[in-house]
Amino acid sequence: MRGMTGGRWVLGLYLLFLLLPTYWLVAMSFKTNAEITTGLTLWPHSPTLANYKRIFTDASWYSGYINSLKFVTVNVLLSLGFALPAAYAFSRYRFLGDKHLFFWLLTNRMAPPAVFALPFFQLYSAVGLFDTPWAVALAHCLFNVPLAVWILEGFMSSVPKEIDETAALDGYSFPVFFVKIFCPLIANGIGVTAFFCFMFSWVELLLARTLTTVDAKPIVATMTRTVSAAGMDWGLLAAAGVLTIVPGAIVIWFVRNHIARGFALGRV
Amino acid sequence: MQRPRNDRAWFLVLPVVGIVAFSALIPLMTVVNYSVQDTFGNNQFFWNGIGWYKELLDPTTDLGGRFFDALWRNLLFSFLALVIEVPLGIAVALAMPRSGWKVSATLVLMAMPLLIPWNVVGTIWQVFARPDIGMFGAAVNRLGVPYNYTQDPLSAWVTIVLMDVWHWTSLVALLAYAGLRSIPDAYYQAARIDGAKGFSIFRNIQLPKMKRVLLIAVLLRFMDSFMIYTEPFVVTGGGPGNSTTFISIDLVKTALGQFDLGKAAALSIVYNLIILAICWVFYTVMTRADARENG
Repeated sequence: MRGMTGGRWVLGLYLLFLLLPTYWLVAMSFKTNAEITTGLTLWPHSPTLANYKRIFTDASWYSGYINSLKFVTVNVLLSLGFALPAAYAFSRYRFLGDKHLFFWLLTNRMAPPAVFALPFFQLYSAVGLFDTPWAVALAHCLFNVPLAVWILEGFMSSVPKEIDETAALDGYSFPVFFVKIFCPLIANGIGVTAFFCFMFSWVELLLARTLTTVDAKPIVATMTRTVSAAGMDWGLLAAAGVLTIVPGAIVIWFVRNHIARGFALGRV
Repeated sequence: MQRPRNDRAWFLVLPVVGIVAFSALIPLMTVVNYSVQDTFGNNQFFWNGIGWYKELLDPTTDLGGRFFDALWRNLLFSFLALVIEVPLGIAVALAMPRSGWKVSATLVLMAMPLLIPWNVVGTIWQVFARPDIGMFGAAVNRLGVPYNYTQDPLSAWVTIVLMDVWHWTSLVALLAYAGLRSIPDAYYQAARIDGAKGFSIFRNIQLPKMKRVLLIAVLLRFMDSFMIYTEPFVVTGGGPGNSTTFISIDLVKTALGQFDLGKAAALSIVYNLIILAICWVFYTVMTRADARENG
């Protein structure tokens, strides 16, 4: 029993360690800059919503969230569209070079975005997509498409093959079978995959910042550009940060049993 | 499940090959192209052969010196991240509740840092660790330990390592937990009958079952810490001095700050080759482990 209480301590301290920095950000977002800079207060003594109000009324701030949502949505749709047929192929067949293809996809998930920043900048400038949501959405396909293939493959492999065969005997053509029968069977998996593509596109900064300037500037880039400006508006920055956490916090409950799978390249 | 061989499956993977080739191969070809040329502006390029590579791999030059310094920093950082996060993650996974609403609550709380944009992770630690306005920085200073991450390299390292532990330990813990859940109760009952106690249960039952997921955890943590950019960029900007300048930070500075195309391209290629080599080693180990498990 001694082991159990020891474990509870480890877990408790760990969760506290996770919560404290986050609490500090949230607390700071409700403080005025005067309160932040004049001395440490453990909780907001004169709580204010001014920071949030500013973000929701100032176009240079709220448009950042809209721009982020735009490219993230496009990326999720692209990733799913490309990955669904490929994941089916991986889960149902062996084919020439399948193992090599898997390794190649893995290398793209592992490639450092820093390597791609400059060539992406030139590529998307050349094709006229620079500073549009499309540039960022396509660039994020680099790591999200392989990820989507792996997660979906796991879900598809748990659907018995007999279903494919029965559908073929019943006279369904492959595209009709795939869209009408197969996809609804793995609806959960598609949801989980969409969540992870959303998340990994939402959290990325370097490519999103490099491929945009004004019109498509995402919120993460807006935040770092404020940092470099003279005079820090800590309260505003904290409020902007809190708002970026909200989408993940809302959806996390629904995917709580699949988190490990999403982060482990579908291999858990 | 035995899968039949069917090469027509290639039609289904073709779109993925197309989009990934567009996203990965074209840019890499551009980089290869730049890495063997020199430019004096005006879009005039001159053949430079392996000149940039020679400079990069020679630690006595400015470029080479910066590269090797950053490489050692990267390796040290990845090492520290793994050494702290893997044991801590396993300990947390072992301590997690087994059933009931507590499981869900713990999972959700633990996953939270994984879903925060990387630059916001940086912002969180920036404000948490500052000696003037941060809870952590102020507390450490009040204990009498000098700590200021914008001026003192050691403090800066403590901050970014702590930040990485905060950000990613949950990933290791969640994977280890997934491995633990796959152990049937019968194993534990058998162990109890044999009179096995805490550590020997861990050693003989839990650790072997976690091996596969831990391998993935180590792969992911190594790779992602090796290409870290955003978090230190926000918190320290690579400083103080160059003490937290990792390869990615140096590369982005060279490529997008100074537009030093040749140097940046050669650095990109070497950086990518290192990643590719490590990736291949992990992939081989991983597929062998899978094969053992299935066969």
